[in-house]
Amino acid sequence: MGAEFVQFSLTPILIGTLAAIACALPGNFLILRRQALIGDAISHVVLPGIVVAFLLTGTVAALPMLLGAGAAALLAVVLIEAIRRVGRIEPGAAMGVVFTALFAGGVLLLEQSDTSRVHLDVEHALMGNLETLIWLRAGEGWASLADPVALAHLPPELPRMAVAAALIAALTVIFWRPLKLSTFDEGFARAIGLPVSAIGLGLVITAAVAAVAAFDAVGSIIVIAMFICPPAAARLMTNSLARQVWLSVGFATLSAVLGYVLAGYGPLWLGYANAVSAAGMIATVSGVILGVACLIGPHRRRVGVAAGA
Amino acid sequence: MAGFLDALLLQAGYNAALVAIGAALLGFAAGTAGTFLFLRKRALVSDAVAHATLPGVGLAFIVMVSLGGEGRSLAGLLLGSALSAFAGLWLVEWIARATRLSEDAAIGAVLSVFFGLGVVLLTVIQSLDRGRQAGLEDFLLGSTAGMLLQDALIIAGGGAAVVAVIWALRRPMTLVAFDPGYAAAIGIDTRRVDLAMMALVMAVTVIGLKLVGLILIVALLIIPAVTARFWTDRVERVLWTAGLLGAAAGYVGAALSASAPDMPTGPIIVLIAAGLFALSLLCAPRRGVLAAILARRRFQARVHRRQGLLALTRAEPIHDPVTLRILRREGLIRADGVATDKGRAQAAKIARDERRWDIAREVHQDTSLTGRYDGLTPIEEVFAPDEIADFDARLGPPQPVGG
Repeated sequence: MGAEFVQFSLTPILIGTLAAIACALPGNFLILRRQALIGDAISHVVLPGIVVAFLLTGTVAALPMLLGAGAAALLAVVLIEAIRRVGRIEPGAAMGVVFTALFAGGVLLLEQSDTSRVHLDVEHALMGNLETLIWLRAGEGWASLADPVALAHLPPELPRMAVAAALIAALTVIFWRPLKLSTFDEGFARAIGLPVSAIGLGLVITAAVAAVAAFDAVGSIIVIAMFICPPAAARLMTNSLARQVWLSVGFATLSAVLGYVLAGYGPLWLGYANAVSAAGMIATVSGVILGVACLIGPHRRRVGVAAGA
Repeated sequence: MAGFLDALLLQAGYNAALVAIGAALLGFAAGTAGTFLFLRKRALVSDAVAHATLPGVGLAFIVMVSLGGEGRSLAGLLLGSALSAFAGLWLVEWIARATRLSEDAAIGAVLSVFFGLGVVLLTVIQSLDRGRQAGLEDFLLGSTAGMLLQDALIIAGGGAAVVAVIWALRRPMTLVAFDPGYAAAIGIDTRRVDLAMMALVMAVTVIGLKLVGLILIVALLIIPAVTARFWTDRVERVLWTAGLLGAAAGYVGAALSASAPDMPTGPIIVLIAAGLFALSLLCAPRRGVLAAILARRRFQARVHRRQGLLALTRAEPIHDPVTLRILRREGLIRADGVATDKGRAQAAKIARDERRWDIAREVHQDTSLTGRYDGLTPIEEVFAPDEIADFDARLGPPQPVGG
């Protein structure tokens, strides 16, 4: 746990953890509202967004990428809603049409354009590059945390992800009551004058912000897995929303840390030379946590269903 | 362009022709299998099934290599992908049944976790000596490059088999899709039919892995079915229309992809399907956007026409420019706004029908008839001629109207 750990593992673990938490927080409400797959749809359409942003600006700078991805996410949500209403198509199918078509467009644009100079390809979009977000300047180990020169060379993804996670946590705290009310009893929330549709849209936009910020650092697999697995596992552990949200944050952190460590060091312990994909392993660990919760979670059954049913 | 035409007419070489025919058969199978999935409102389950194939592909490769094989046999990889797709499907059903999580959460969890596991296996394979040129990444987005004759035959044969099974099972599957309760009551095992439907979806996914890739195969299952739904309300027609749309997208897509560089097959096929969908969304009769706009405009015109004629009967001036334009166009008023003979006659009829409705409401207690009064439905459509004659008798002789 010396300088090498700080240089090569600390920042990826921190970024992965922040990304996981940023996605798990809105995921709690998406799960309860049966909109879990919105996260799936958003993380697919991020790809065409960044490709278009790259084609327009010619760079892979962070801001145009984030704007492009955000715009694509918003476009997807609008298109899904439009197709659902105009064509009277069930939401799942409308979602399936929109995100696959946009993703296909993104892949095609990417293949057609010259992106050999820059690090932009489909696999990167899916799997992220968590392993490369290292902090080389931290040559003095833990002492580097107090060294302003070293701190200035932190990977830029870390402060960005921290800001996004803090923003989403703040939004969750500020809008806690309206979110809770409109999620559990939409009719009542409407009756006491809450803008229910605006809250729903705000939640989807927050999810999009989380997806876009996290996607840049960790790829879409983690985004989808963290939207769903930690909140779903937490849902099986408790009946209290507050406890569920805290638990989901805990599960997300556990998945990120354990997943990264298993991916980075697990193969070495087993005697292999190469690490495996951290993003994939984090998603796998979150799935194992969900699996355990499905088997032994104290509140895994539906209310009113007998244990043997 | 010439290359594209050649490919379209199966003149671009033996392999390209095989791929195009295979893609068309796959598209047909996906369109028909997807129709039942869509009617059963479970379109996105296929997304979980598709992503769940990845660890199977990886494991199959590792097993084949460790048994001393070459590891790239398509049949072996597809068998592995089918097994893990089945595991994913079973998990979705189990989570939705045994826990209180809803099906969409189960779908999302299974697809992300299986995909993550698959990615881990892919990185393991990349570190194997034999795995560097495995090309398993092609299964993500599909590829026709280096496709062998036997691969194309697997795709074509599998697609044909799926279509045959759907033909045999179309009646029970339709029944279960529309009314599971009734289907169960007449003795159909709905669970088994659902299982058959999912098995077909799984078969399409596995067959399509090589050509379209696991991320986009779900599009080929969903989009043709949704598109066909715009054109007809009859389930058999939706089924075969979806099949034809899928086949067209597969065929044209494969031809386009064969004729130009940097055109990956999967995305092209999906984009053509999406183009057909957009076209249908706009132009389909009754359910399309244009049809809806036209219907709305026709309705507006009828309301304006009636308001204008009512104003004529009361000799009131008309100011609304839209009303004036519609009345002028139909020759009901002259350019200076004075009613023509035809206009006066129509106005008189509307005034008379209004009086008839008044009588009808006095005579009839049956609101299901008088309730159909909306000012636009002609009274002749609601009441029989002898009833209208009866109203007229109560109305008394005709009176001249103003104007």
